[in-house]
Amino acid sequence: MADKIELTINGQSVKADKGMTILETALRKGIYIPHLCHHHDLDPVGACRLCLVEIAGKWTKIAISCKTEVQDGMVVRTETPEINEMRQVTLELLIADHDTDCLACEQNTKCALQRVADHVGVNKERLQRLKSREVKAPIDDSNPFFNFDPNRCVLCGICVRTCDELQNVQAIDFANRGLGTKIAGFGDKPRIESNCESCGECIVRCPVGALTEKDYMKPTHQVKTVCSFCGCGCGLILGVRDNRLVSARGDVSSPANKGRLCVKGRFGYKFVNHPDRLTSPLIKRNGEFVKAEWDEALDLVADTFSKNKGEKFAAISSAKTTNEDNYVLQKFARAVMGTNNIDHCARL
Amino acid sequence: MAGLATSLGSGSMTNTISELGGASVILAIGTNTTATHPIVALQVKNAVRNGSKLIVANPKEIELCKFADIFLQHKPGTDVPLLMGMMRVILEEELHDKSFIQSRCEDFDAFEKSLAEFDLDTVEKLTGVPQDKIIKAARIYATQTPASIIYCMGITQHVHGTDNVLATSNLALLTGNIGKPSSGVNPLRGQNNVQGACDVGCLPNVYTGYQAVAIPEIKNKFESAWGVALSDTPGLTHTKIFDACYEGSISTLYLVGENPVLSEADASHATEAMKKVDFMVVQDIFMTETAELADVVLPAVTFAEEDGTFTNTERRVQRVRKAIDPVGDAKPDWWIACELAKRLNGKGFEFSGPEEIMEEISSLTPAYKGISYARLEKGSLQWPCPTTDHPGTPFLHAEKFGTDSGKGKFKPLTYRKPGEETDGEFPLILTTDRSLYHFHSTMTRRVYGLNVLAKEELLNIHPEDASGLGVENGQMVKVVSRRGEVAVKVKVTDICPLGTVSMTFHFAETPTNLLTCCELDPVAKTPGTKVCAVRVEGL
Repeated sequence: MADKIELTINGQSVKADKGMTILETALRKGIYIPHLCHHHDLDPVGACRLCLVEIAGKWTKIAISCKTEVQDGMVVRTETPEINEMRQVTLELLIADHDTDCLACEQNTKCALQRVADHVGVNKERLQRLKSREVKAPIDDSNPFFNFDPNRCVLCGICVRTCDELQNVQAIDFANRGLGTKIAGFGDKPRIESNCESCGECIVRCPVGALTEKDYMKPTHQVKTVCSFCGCGCGLILGVRDNRLVSARGDVSSPANKGRLCVKGRFGYKFVNHPDRLTSPLIKRNGEFVKAEWDEALDLVADTFSKNKGEKFAAISSAKTTNEDNYVLQKFARAVMGTNNIDHCARL
Repeated sequence: MAGLATSLGSGSMTNTISELGGASVILAIGTNTTATHPIVALQVKNAVRNGSKLIVANPKEIELCKFADIFLQHKPGTDVPLLMGMMRVILEEELHDKSFIQSRCEDFDAFEKSLAEFDLDTVEKLTGVPQDKIIKAARIYATQTPASIIYCMGITQHVHGTDNVLATSNLALLTGNIGKPSSGVNPLRGQNNVQGACDVGCLPNVYTGYQAVAIPEIKNKFESAWGVALSDTPGLTHTKIFDACYEGSISTLYLVGENPVLSEADASHATEAMKKVDFMVVQDIFMTETAELADVVLPAVTFAEEDGTFTNTERRVQRVRKAIDPVGDAKPDWWIACELAKRLNGKGFEFSGPEEIMEEISSLTPAYKGISYARLEKGSLQWPCPTTDHPGTPFLHAEKFGTDSGKGKFKPLTYRKPGEETDGEFPLILTTDRSLYHFHSTMTRRVYGLNVLAKEELLNIHPEDASGLGVENGQMVKVVSRRGEVAVKVKVTDICPLGTVSMTFHFAETPTNLLTCCELDPVAKTPGTKVCAVRVEGL
């Protein structure tokens, strides 16, 4: 058990583990402190300046809660007139530069900026005065799986840190200075020309609608399963809508991948509903495949197999199918066809 | 797989993927981990970020080299001399774990004698790796603990693949780096359920759980469970099945979820073989190049349309759950095989569903005995899981090895040349690998975005080889081997060493496996696809 620290947040006595930050402690206790650049998988950077708190006692000061570790006896206030004013200005500056066409945004209702605005409150008149830039920056849609819309970016750097700290790929970083600051690959070339590996981990963590999946459809329900590509066996949560797969995300409860996915795991499921799927048995007649009913096809196969039992027969199984599929097939080869000629691609 | 089974008693990963993050040193040999096992690669990169050492041994300067402390760029097919050279350094500098060798291992003396041929002058000459690098790598591996080895097809797909595997287990045994967390020998299995397919008996010599068909008591056990007489003659291996089809001794082939026209080494031989059989049934999700050759094609479901289990590379049995109804009239593979069995009067195929099949697997398989759907509902289990209250086994060989004697077996090794060598006519070595953006071909070639990210086959060639041949980036060339030829676009890159070119095998338009060599490892019967002599001609 980690050492327990006792502090006060907004007059409420709170216990925390040593090493935790004020922000983590507050969020765990259900006390919301506005924030954008914090992500529990990443090291804190204190970039968005929204998570300010006032700390009283011997530490008296205003500090960013995402980078301040809890200490015994701390007295923390997350809302004071001074803090609220600072937060208000920070938020206004963010929104002034932000595309606020929320209904047309994939992150609508899930957006962290919406939540901050909801909490802090937005003064329309003040905002109108700040909102000057009408020229929209071009959307980078060069990657086949996701778009980057700089007009919706809040420069929190979560994508940059995900690519660096979690993926060790470093495909993107902050480019330019001041108002011209943006997230870009080397030379600000289209994303597809960067060394991005399309794992999509940045999309998952983007708190706003800057990084979004192309052709996104909200699933009606989700099913917990396992990826069918390589041997990692990543836990996968498939999104389903109208009996079609529409999304995939990593299962954080899976010990194999702890929620992380690669490009194939996240986007590769799309073969499942491809129009070329075989949908009925086919029998070759005079060199052409002809559709058949299951009974007809199975009867034909069983009849031919019955005349070729023993060592004249071989079955090759698949490392793509389930244990249960494979078990039944080897039992079929051995118990019904009378041969041990059963193998699969393990050697390949 | 055959290699580790003889030396350690189990042919699977000794450790858990997440344990790699805790290793002080990782030796990655014959694995392009970032492309083939990206999530395992995250663990390796994470370990390096936290201060672990990484040794990469690969003929190509792969992505992982960026994170490596030492990169050993050995010539294709020289894994045994490279590893034996390292072991010789370890012994000469007395960095080996004497007490571990004495208490947990056997056959050390014969192994030690076999090191005689691997003096560093010879090793440097064979591998092309400078001696000081081999010495440095040996010292790092032997002095940092825990140490983990990961390898993949770059070790196994050789005519001496079993020797390569044994060299890795020798190294782990020599330094006592096995039987502990983050410490072991870890073959990364390529396919999602290749471990499971092996575990449940889709191998010609064993039933489920590696129980040999030739052992009378085992045969009796399965005969009484299944209620039929069974053959005690081991069947033919994958590649031998195609040989038998070609020669005519196999007349009927039932092929499930595989596309040998593209994936089989020396693919034209496999294709000819399939054309020769009297009757071929292909069960798949798409009309593959192989299905085109079939007499009957049966539509199967994908992983998203059925319940079941997969066993991943770390022996973890996990539940696969049906997300959507089968597309069209597609059926689960188990259902199809059961229907055929019933029509052939087979007994014991009245399964109500996958759960009942797993009950039968558990009842016949000691390592799966404690595994049930009810338990898997609460979370995955790593075999061996011998009882219903056993928590599963994250790492193997803690107390003893799975061999008959319970000891880890050292194996004496000698250098054997690749099955194929270059000559004046075929002066370059072709080695095959995979792209991050594709699996084999059937699935990923049908995902639009993946084909934007990797749209065509490329021949990776060193700048000096390219200029010697007068070929440029983007130019089409012909690659010719002793078995076939393909046309392909050139990518000039110093990722490949001089004299070695590489291609993937994902593209039907460029069937790379027409070129590769199907000469087999004598024990594992794995083809040597990683070393193939070719020449490149302008078009």
